[in-house]
Amino acid sequence: MFPKGTKRKFSDSGEEPVSAGDQVPPAAPSVAARTLTSSYSLQRQSLLDMSLIKLQLCHMLVEPNLCRSVLIANTVRQIQEEMTQDGTWQIMTQALAAAQCPADRLVATEVLCRQTDAAAQAGQSPKPFSVVGLEEGYHAEEVVMEGDVETEVTMSTLSPVSPQLSSASYLAGPFGMGPCWEEEEDDGECEEDEEEDSEECVSEGEEADRDHLSADSRTGEQVFGTFEIKHPAPPPDPALEELFSDVDPSYYDLDTVLTGMQSAPKMGPYDLLESLSSHGPTTLSSSSSCRSDLNELDHIMEIIVGS
Amino acid sequence: MGEDAESPKINHTFLRDYVTEADVISTVEFNQTGDLLATGDKGGRVVIFQRETESKGEAEEAGETGDSGEYNVYSTFQSHEPDFDYLKSLEIEEKINKIRWLPQQNAAHFLLSTNDKTIKLWKVSERDKRPEGYNLKDEEGRLKDISTITSLQVLFSNGHTYHVNSISVNSDGETYLSADDLRINMWHLGITDRSFNIVDIKPANMEDLTEVITAAEFHPHHCHLFVYSSSKGTLRLCDMRASALCDKHTKLFEEPEDPGNRSFFSEIISSVSDVKFSHSGRYLLTRDYLTAKVWDLNMDKGPVETYQVHEYLRSKLCSLYENDCIFDKFECVWNSSDSVIMTGAYNSFFRMFDRETGRGVTLEAWRESSKPRAVLRTRRVYTGGKRRRGDVGVDSLDFTKKILHMAWHPSENIIAIAATNNLYIFQDRVNPDTQTQ
Repeated sequence: MFPKGTKRKFSDSGEEPVSAGDQVPPAAPSVAARTLTSSYSLQRQSLLDMSLIKLQLCHMLVEPNLCRSVLIANTVRQIQEEMTQDGTWQIMTQALAAAQCPADRLVATEVLCRQTDAAAQAGQSPKPFSVVGLEEGYHAEEVVMEGDVETEVTMSTLSPVSPQLSSASYLAGPFGMGPCWEEEEDDGECEEDEEEDSEECVSEGEEADRDHLSADSRTGEQVFGTFEIKHPAPPPDPALEELFSDVDPSYYDLDTVLTGMQSAPKMGPYDLLESLSSHGPTTLSSSSSCRSDLNELDHIMEIIVGS
Repeated sequence: MGEDAESPKINHTFLRDYVTEADVISTVEFNQTGDLLATGDKGGRVVIFQRETESKGEAEEAGETGDSGEYNVYSTFQSHEPDFDYLKSLEIEEKINKIRWLPQQNAAHFLLSTNDKTIKLWKVSERDKRPEGYNLKDEEGRLKDISTITSLQVLFSNGHTYHVNSISVNSDGETYLSADDLRINMWHLGITDRSFNIVDIKPANMEDLTEVITAAEFHPHHCHLFVYSSSKGTLRLCDMRASALCDKHTKLFEEPEDPGNRSFFSEIISSVSDVKFSHSGRYLLTRDYLTAKVWDLNMDKGPVETYQVHEYLRSKLCSLYENDCIFDKFECVWNSSDSVIMTGAYNSFFRMFDRETGRGVTLEAWRESSKPRAVLRTRRVYTGGKRRRGDVGVDSLDFTKKILHMAWHPSENIIAIAATNNLYIFQDRVNPDTQTQ
């Protein structure tokens, strides 16, 4: 989330984000008219950042709200289309590719990876982004919370993981149907393959779900078995910087975002966003315990990254 | 809660600012006669209220128009429990999304209640109120409700991959539909192990997904017709006689976009959160984020009436997007004669619109301003011009107090409003001086 820090400054000054909804000019017919004010661009960028955070944060213990995710994704797509027409999209993705700021990433990770205690107990893969993103992933096993056998199996088979893999994995998957995200984390060679795999597995999964009205017949072994077969070779350079630099352009690539959304490692409570807003009582106990988990994880990450 | 064990009523004042998440009411529904009112909450419980018809306590004299009976608790039961999907490592919330009553056929009452995944048919019946010497009082000193038996009749499970948002009982009394984000299934009440898929909008490639189903309902009289709404603000009327899979709509209702009002939030605020047929079956009522619209089934080019619920929020859409309020799903209801529509808003406000005059009124469902038997006074949100006493500024609105769920009695002017964990029941007195509209 490299640009987020910068954008915050602008969006905090005055009511700019508030007025964005109204002051944003109607989709102007001419491109020239749209590249108008820098404040409009900033507002738009801030909206894009906000939307992307929302998409990632809508993964938690409970299955994400598909309607909300679709609406946010459509908003992101709208922004992307407009920015592509403006020519600002290219500029931004290039800037992100060039950006190298691991510290900022760690902060972002903390935001993204927050989760509830219950999730840990339930054997959730707690912080797939940070966990999966680590070099050998062997370290992953150390940071994984005690979970059920299935989760541990997942973690260990994820060990040699490619950067692109992790980009897909940490991006939340509102559309994805459960088991498919595991199947999807495989061929990290190129984005297209990833997308194809995801669509195959999703449609397969869906057909299976739809056809048998009984409980999902797919067993854990089948899921993870498929996963192992498609497992990729370890990346040549597992350094964290490279990991992040590979992530960022694809991070903003909408197709990848949507693909990533299918690889739904459920993480971070939806409550995070709600707790930031004025409404909704949050489960106080869970946030404080997840905070301590977070600190622990940050500590571990620092050791591993060697920062 | 032990402080007031002596008094018959539990004093909740010290709990005012603390809301147990599980007690938040998530659905409200009258049965076909209006004698029973069911509520479902986030904790998976269903509470059924029954209207008292005999003179009891504060009830009006029998001579007054209609039953002026109060609603008291009739039955309480745990409908859904929290569940866990081990394959997907996801919790399944026990929150009751919808309750729908079946038409009554005998002495027992039947209702359907659903959470995100499972629909249950419950039977509520009465048994003789003959205490037989066992403990009749619960912890709070109230008489236990020993007169109803609730039993699970049918479990309609595994019909939905996505979250169920609607159920609707057909006018044939034998079937019902259930809708989730991408599919609509039809069930026969007597057949428990399978359902018939009648709408499927899931794309072959999930990346192409841009629209979801937000609500669905059967036509009140024509058992072959149903409508469903989408996140893009469209309505589709489907005729089941046309084909088994109603992917092709019979009619598509869509309002052309207003280019002047376009913003990045246009699509989100156009998403329909609720759709209801009028009692006559001739109109549809829809709710999107800022408006309530009435559509004529014979006119698919656009709504025939549009009511601004809280237009003053249009300039706040970015903030509302940031705090997720923009995704709130408000319900809407018709009155018995289809002349008034009602929907909720923020700050414990709800709005009623008279279709004949086109005028709307804002009312408030808030404990402090509603004493029993008090007349609801109208409220106003200050949006400019002369400020009157009692006006509330837009920035003072409490967005945590949302009125999302409500119900209108099928034949009388009695409304049930759910305000977080409180249920308000307002009754219209015939006396014109005290009418709420």
